[in-house]
Amino acid sequence: MLLLITLFLPLLFALLTYLSGNRYAKYVALLGGLLAFVGCNLLKQSLVSNQLEPLGYTHDWIANPLIAFSLTVDGLALSLIALTTFLIPLIVFTTYSKTIENAKAFYSLILLMEFGLLGVFMAADGFLYYVFWELALIPIYFIALLWGENRDKAFRNRAIFKFFVYTLAGSLFMLIGFIYLYQYSGSFSIQSLYTLNLSNTEQVVLFWAFFIAFAIKIPVFPFHTWQPDTYKEAPTAGTMLLSGIMLKMGLYSLLRWLLPVLPHGVEFWTPYVIVLATIGVLYGSIIAIKQDDLKKLLAYSSFAHVGLITAGIFTLTREGMQGAIVQMFAHGFNVVGLFYAAEIILQRTGTLSISQLGGIRSVAPKFATVFMIVVLASVALPTTNAFIGEFLLLFASFQYNTWLAVAAGFTIIFSAVYMLRMYQLSMLGETNEKTAGFQDLNWQEMLVFVLIIMGIFQIGLVPSSFLGMMENSIDQILSFSLR
Amino acid sequence: MVNLLLIILLPLLGFFVNALVGKKLPKSVSGGFASLMIFIPFVISTSYFVGFVNGSQQKLDIDIYNWIAFGDFKITFGLLLDQLSATWLMVVTGIGFLIHLYSISYMHDDEKFHNFFSYLNLFIFFMLLLVLGNNFLITFIGWEGVGLCSYLLIGFWFKNQDYNNAAKKAFVMNRVGDLGFLLGIFFILYYLKTLNFTQLQAVNLELLPHGLIVAITMLLFVGAIGKSAQIPLYTWLPDAMAGPTPVSALIHAATMVTAGIYMLVRANFLFIHAPETMMIVAAIGAATAIFAATVGVLQNDIKKVLAYSTVSQLGLMFLALGVGAFTSGVFHVVTHAFFKACLFLGSGSVIHALHGEQDIRNMGGLKKWMPITFWTFLISSLAISGIFPFSGFFSKDEILASAFEHNKVLWVVASLASLLTAFYMFRLVFLTFTGNFRGIEEQKHHLHESPALITIPLIILAVLAAVGGAMGLPEFLGFHHWLKGFLSPVLATNPHAEAHGLSHSTELMLMGGAFAGAVASIAYAYIKYVKGGALPANDGEESGVGKLVYNKYYIDEIYNALFVKPSLLLSDFGHSVIDNKVVDGIVNFTGKASLIIGSQVRKIQSGYIGFYLLAMVLSMVAIFVYSFMITG
Repeated sequence: MLLLITLFLPLLFALLTYLSGNRYAKYVALLGGLLAFVGCNLLKQSLVSNQLEPLGYTHDWIANPLIAFSLTVDGLALSLIALTTFLIPLIVFTTYSKTIENAKAFYSLILLMEFGLLGVFMAADGFLYYVFWELALIPIYFIALLWGENRDKAFRNRAIFKFFVYTLAGSLFMLIGFIYLYQYSGSFSIQSLYTLNLSNTEQVVLFWAFFIAFAIKIPVFPFHTWQPDTYKEAPTAGTMLLSGIMLKMGLYSLLRWLLPVLPHGVEFWTPYVIVLATIGVLYGSIIAIKQDDLKKLLAYSSFAHVGLITAGIFTLTREGMQGAIVQMFAHGFNVVGLFYAAEIILQRTGTLSISQLGGIRSVAPKFATVFMIVVLASVALPTTNAFIGEFLLLFASFQYNTWLAVAAGFTIIFSAVYMLRMYQLSMLGETNEKTAGFQDLNWQEMLVFVLIIMGIFQIGLVPSSFLGMMENSIDQILSFSLR
Repeated sequence: MVNLLLIILLPLLGFFVNALVGKKLPKSVSGGFASLMIFIPFVISTSYFVGFVNGSQQKLDIDIYNWIAFGDFKITFGLLLDQLSATWLMVVTGIGFLIHLYSISYMHDDEKFHNFFSYLNLFIFFMLLLVLGNNFLITFIGWEGVGLCSYLLIGFWFKNQDYNNAAKKAFVMNRVGDLGFLLGIFFILYYLKTLNFTQLQAVNLELLPHGLIVAITMLLFVGAIGKSAQIPLYTWLPDAMAGPTPVSALIHAATMVTAGIYMLVRANFLFIHAPETMMIVAAIGAATAIFAATVGVLQNDIKKVLAYSTVSQLGLMFLALGVGAFTSGVFHVVTHAFFKACLFLGSGSVIHALHGEQDIRNMGGLKKWMPITFWTFLISSLAISGIFPFSGFFSKDEILASAFEHNKVLWVVASLASLLTAFYMFRLVFLTFTGNFRGIEEQKHHLHESPALITIPLIILAVLAAVGGAMGLPEFLGFHHWLKGFLSPVLATNPHAEAHGLSHSTELMLMGGAFAGAVASIAYAYIKYVKGGALPANDGEESGVGKLVYNKYYIDEIYNALFVKPSLLLSDFGHSVIDNKVVDGIVNFTGKASLIIGSQVRKIQSGYIGFYLLAMVLSMVAIFVYSFMITG
C-alpha cells in the first residue's frame, strides 16, 4: 500500500498543483514533493524491517496480453526513489526566486515527471515499466521547450525537438524488444523475463533493442549529441531534472532490465560497451576543457561521469555495481548543485560564458565556498560522495582490464583540469562590470547548498549503510546476469 | 585512542571555527585559537614520542569504523601510530605550530586572515591523517587533502590569475601522480587483498610474481614523484612560491612535499623486494638533485632559489631511499624540515621588511638591520651546505656514504649537487645580507628587524638546524646512531642489502671530502660575491648555458608545447569537428533519412507534439492487437 501511496502522491499533487492556480502552485508542488519524500523514508523503514527483502505490490491489470500492475522496491530501487524524492522538492525550491510564467503548468509538469520516474524505478512489469518510461519523457519535453530561456527560439526548438525524437526513437526499439520477449514469456512480469531461455543469437540481437534506448538516455558515446544543447537550452530546473534524475533511468534500466534478462547478449557485447563508455569518459572530459558555456561544460562533464558508471556496470563485478549505484546517487546531488550554481550565476550576471565572468569570490564569499565544495565533490576528492563511487568504479574497471583502468583513470586528471579552469575563470581574479555587483547567497539559496553538501559528506564519510542496502539487489542482478 | 583522535580532530575543529566564525573574531583570537589547535596535538605527540623513545609506548593500530564496506569488501577508517608516524607527527605539529605563530604576525594585515588560518589548520588535519592512516586509502585521503590545501593556499591571493594558474598547475600535476598512486592501490587491493599496512607486512611477498611487486612499487613511486616534486613532475613546486611565505615553509618545504618519502618508507617492506624500482628511485632522486641544484645557481628570486633547493634536497632523500638507506632518508627529512623551514621563514622576514621585494638583486647589506634574521639564516645555510657540526652535515653525509657504497656514479652526482647547494646558498646569503643595500631609499628608510612572533620561531628552528644532527651521530666514530635504533621496528630487513659496510677510513675520507668541498664552494661564493662584488645579470642579459639555466632549461615551455597546447587543440577539434560534424552529422543524417522515408509513406513531418503523442498511443494499441493475435 505504501508503494502505491508514494507512487501516486506526485500524480495527485500534480493535479492539485494545477488546480491551485499560478499563485500557490509552487507551494503545493513543494508540499507534494516533500510528502513523497516522507513516503520514501517510510518505504526505507519497511524495507529495513523486512530484512531488505523486496517489498511488492501486484494487481491484475490486463488479462490478455498479460500485463499486471506490479511494483517492487528493493535496495536499488529505493536508492533511486530516494534520489528522486529528495531532488524534486529541492529543484522546486531552487525556482522560488524566479517568476515563472504559467507556474501551475510548470510545477504540475515537474510532479507529473516525478510520477513517471518513480514508476520507472518501481515497475516490476515490463509493459508498465515501458509506459512509465515514456510518461517521464513528456513533461520534460514541455518544460524544456516552453520554459527555456534562450532568446534564439528557433535554435531551442530544434535542440529540444531533437532530444525528443532521439529518445523516443530509442525507446521504440525497446518496445519491439519487449514484444519479442513476450512471445516467449507470455507475461511481462520481471520474474518471467529473468528466467527466459533465449538462444545466444536472439540475445545478441535483442541486446541492441534495449541498449540503444538506455544508451541514448544515459547517454553513452556516440549517442550523446542531443545532450549538450538540450542541457543548455532547457531552463535550469529542467536541466537538473534531466541530469540529476532522468539519465539514471537509463543506468538503472541497464541493471534491472538488461543485464539479468539478456545475460549472453550482455556477455557478447560487454567489451564493446566498456570501450565505448571509456571513450566517452575521455572524450567528454577533453571536450569539457575548452567549453566556454558553463552549462555545456557541465553537460560534457556529466557525460564523462556517466560513461564511467556505464563501464562499471558492465564489468559485472560487485564493486562495479556498488560503485555505479553510489555514483548515480552522488552524481545526482553534485550535478544539481553545479547546475544550481550555474543558474545563480546566470540570474545575477545574465551570462553563462565563463570568459565574461571572474572575481565573484571577492564579492560573494559564501557562494564561492559552497560552489568550491560542490566542484571538489565532482572532481572526486576523498571524503566526498563521488570519491566512493569513482574509487569503486575504477577498481572494477581495473579488475576487468588494467589498461582500461589507466585510460578511465585519466578522468581524475582531466576533471581537475576543466573544473578548476571553470572555477578559476568564473570565480577568481578581478571583478568586472558583470560581476562587481554580484549578490551573495540569500538564506534560501544557502539552504539548498547546505542540503546538497550534507549529502556529499554523508555518502563520502559513511557510505557503508548505503552500500549495505544494495547488497541483496546486486546479488540478485549478478545471479541472473552470470547464469 | 582518545588522545590519538584529538591529534587529528583538534586541527579540524580549528578549521571549522575559523571558517565559520573567524571573520567575527579579533585577529589575535582567530590566529591564537588556530595555533592552540596545533599546539595541543604537539603536546600529545610529544608524549607519544617520548613514550616510544623510552619504550613505554606500544604501537597503536586502531580501526575506528568500516568506511567502505559491503560483502567481503572492507576498507576501514583506522589509525596507526608507530615510530615512523610519531616522527612525522613531531615535525608536522612542531614546525606547524611555529609557523602558525609566525603567521599571526606575518599575515596580520591581510583581510582574509581568518581564511588563512582555517586553511592552515585544514592542511595540518589532512597531513596528520596522511601520516596516521593505517591503510593506503586513509593515507590517500590525507594525500589528496593536503593537495587541496596546497591549491587553496598557493592561490590564496586569488585576485592574481598568475597565482591561480600556479595553484591549478600544482593540483593537476599532483593528480597525475595521484593516478599512479591510485593504480598502485588497486594492484595491492586486488592481488594482496588488503590495504592495511600491518596486514600487508604479514603477506609473504615471495609467493607473488616479482613483476607484480615491481609494478606496485613503481606506481606508488609515481605518486611520490608528483607529491614530492621529482623529475618529471617537479615544475609545480617553484611556481607554488606564489603562496604566502609561511605556506612555502610549511607545505612546500617542511611537510607536504616529504609525503612521498613518508609513503615510500611506510611501504619499505614492498620496495626492498623490488631492486629495479629502488634503482629507478635512486636514479630519479640523484638526477633531480643535480638538475634542480643547477637551476638554483642562477635564480634571483629569493624564494625560487629556496624552492629549487627544496626540489634538489628532496632528490637527495629519494636517492637515500633508493639505495636502501631508509633511516638516512628520514633523518634528512627531519633536518631539512628544520633548516629549510627556517630559511623560508627567514626569507619571509626579509620580504616583509622590504614590503614584498623578492629579487636578491635589489637587496644587500640586510645584516645590519636584521641581525636575528641574518644569523638564523646563516646557521640554516651552513646546515644545508653540510658544514660540521650543523645538522645537515650528518644527514647529508649519511646519504653520500650510502650512495658511495651502492654506486659510484650516484655518489658523484649527489656530491656535485651538494657542492652546488653550498654555492647557491651562500650566493643567496651574501647577496641578501652583505655588501650595500641596493634597494630604493624608501625601502631603506623602513628597514627593520621583524617582531618577536617572527624572530622566535626563527631562533628555535635555527637552534634545531644547528643541533639536530645529534639524532644520528655516525656509528663508525663510535657514536650511537639514535634514529637508526628508533626507526628499526618499522623497517623490514632488506633481503638484497649488501652485508658489508664501508671501512672506517673510507667513511672518514668521504666525510672530510664532502666537508672540504662545501667549504670550498662557500669560499668561491665569498670571493665572487663579497670580494669581487659580482651581481647577477639583469633579465635578458644572460647568454649561452647561463641563459638556458636561467630559463630553467625551458622545461615549462616544453611541457606547454607537449601537453597543454595539444590538449587544448584536441579539445577544440573534438568539439567543433568530431562532435558537431562527425558524430552529430551521422545522427542528423539518420534522422533526416528516416524523415524522408517517412514523408514518402505519408506526410507525417507536422512538427506537432500532439501528433507524436497520438502516434505513441496508436502504436501502443497496435501492440495490444499484435500480442492479442499471437497469444490467441
